[in-house]
Amino acid sequence: MNAPAKTSKLIKGASGDWEVVIGLEVHAQVSSKAKLFSGASTEFGGEPNSHVSLVDAAMPGMLPVINEECVKQAIRTGLGLKARINLKSVFDRKNYFYPDLPQGYQISQYKSPIVGEGEAMVDMPGGETVHVGIERLHLEQDAGKSLHDQHPSMSFVDLNRSGVALMEIVSKPDLRSADDAKAYVGKLRTILRYLGTCDGDMEKGSLRADVNVSVRRPGEPLGTRCEIKNVNSIRFIGQAIEHEARRQIGILEDGGKIDQETRLFDPGKGETRSMRNKEEAHDYRYFPDPDLLPLEFDQAYVDELKAHLPELPDEKKARFVRDFGLSAYDAGVLVSERATADYFEAVAKGRDAKLAANWVINELFGRLNKEGKDIAASPITAERLAAILDLIAEGTISGKIAKDLFEICWSEGGDPRAIVEARGLKQVTDTGAIAKVVDEIVAANPEKVAQAKTNEKLLGWFVGQVMKSSGGKVNPQAVNDLLRKKLGI
Amino acid sequence: MSVDADTVRRIAHLARIAVADDEVEHLRGEINAILAFVEQLSEVNVEGVEPMTSVMPMTMKKRADAVTDGGNADAVLRNAPATQDHFFLVPKVVE
Repeated sequence: MNAPAKTSKLIKGASGDWEVVIGLEVHAQVSSKAKLFSGASTEFGGEPNSHVSLVDAAMPGMLPVINEECVKQAIRTGLGLKARINLKSVFDRKNYFYPDLPQGYQISQYKSPIVGEGEAMVDMPGGETVHVGIERLHLEQDAGKSLHDQHPSMSFVDLNRSGVALMEIVSKPDLRSADDAKAYVGKLRTILRYLGTCDGDMEKGSLRADVNVSVRRPGEPLGTRCEIKNVNSIRFIGQAIEHEARRQIGILEDGGKIDQETRLFDPGKGETRSMRNKEEAHDYRYFPDPDLLPLEFDQAYVDELKAHLPELPDEKKARFVRDFGLSAYDAGVLVSERATADYFEAVAKGRDAKLAANWVINELFGRLNKEGKDIAASPITAERLAAILDLIAEGTISGKIAKDLFEICWSEGGDPRAIVEARGLKQVTDTGAIAKVVDEIVAANPEKVAQAKTNEKLLGWFVGQVMKSSGGKVNPQAVNDLLRKKLGI
Repeated sequence: MSVDADTVRRIAHLARIAVADDEVEHLRGEINAILAFVEQLSEVNVEGVEPMTSVMPMTMKKRADAVTDGGNADAVLRNAPATQDHFFLVPKVVE
């Protein structure tokens, strides 16, 4: 936490450099069919109050019974974060009043969370790896949803989300820039999606963050922090931090002091503002929930879950570098989504892995991004891209034709091998046929031939002409060799 | 441990219970009497004793991850003072 400040991450103020210190509380919706303490559905977007049991509506006499799958998901996530799993944890009541919280308290974990300290390794685009400490992970209930814009004097409340299981993942204040924070949330999302413990769908609110920001002079103790509540996209997290850090620096440089408070990020204006009159000074009066016994399981239970964890992104990346000889950067790009990594592996298996990585990253991702498509919706399956690579490796088509073939497969579909046959895209390997074209070009351009004898650079022009007249179907190296012989250079 | 009048008002506010000024002193006396009664427990030495959460040695019951409830908005909303389109209606909570 008190490592020397990185100069590149400091913010220049009017009176010198400032260091930003950021910690995040990420709320990740647990992937489960039913809610944490009731049998109502967690499905997104149901009719109002249709996924609500009388437990979620906090009717008198209703008792919570924990969903074991949510417990397993929290343990899996903890294991994915290389964290300590607590074999005994306790549910507490966090008391506050709000219309979308019918119980008048949220069931959460306060002093004894299910998961203790862990770590996430975050690769930055510049090649730096930031180690972000995880303070804890605990299970809690989500609240309902209020709509304030449906009526002039009333708010509408839908309890469908009420009681859905959340994992609150609290980082240590180890982040030093908006980019650090964005990369950390991205990494967390990747890990959760690999584990299948949260779908990471930020548009549906499956992943939201409370962002704690403070600033200080490098090397000095931590400054007073402000908490920006409920930021729901990675981009907004970055914007909120940038704005909040500037705001705090402005106040301090004007000789003011920071009030510890809760703020909201307004995406429209790109700024944070104070949440006025939200319950004066939080006093949640936590106490152990008398309706719930402590949550206990043994080490064998944890070990069993651990034995069935999928390969995680860090391990997969290391394997891609080790076994396929990929660069750390390419490997990182490929493992960012499990579906992408699986696609790459299917293409690379038994083939030139670096070539496969190039095709997946440059051609396929380029095209997917351009059309805003997900890899699952790719018109070209891994098998077909693999077939294109096989055609290149066999020498059946040139690299240039392969790109045309990719285009055809993308827009029209079909089996690459059949398309090559049907459209006569095969590379001409018959040197006699190539020589004929070379002869024609040479005969038609006597002046250029004379020039080429003194200026070798003209060779490229001849190669171009031959490629053009053959529709790109000849091997450029063969053309090059033939031309050199023919022109005597 | 004892509470003063301000603490009584604060506790009442946190619990969203309206307490008139002339009730505060009476409540303060009652709360302090309860606290004094409970305080007797501190005479017991519990050094090294795990808090007991259940009289019977039992573990928490767990439920399988299956949707077994819901789909009954009418029942959920039956006692609500105001509803519209299967939403609860409450006095507006933002400015």
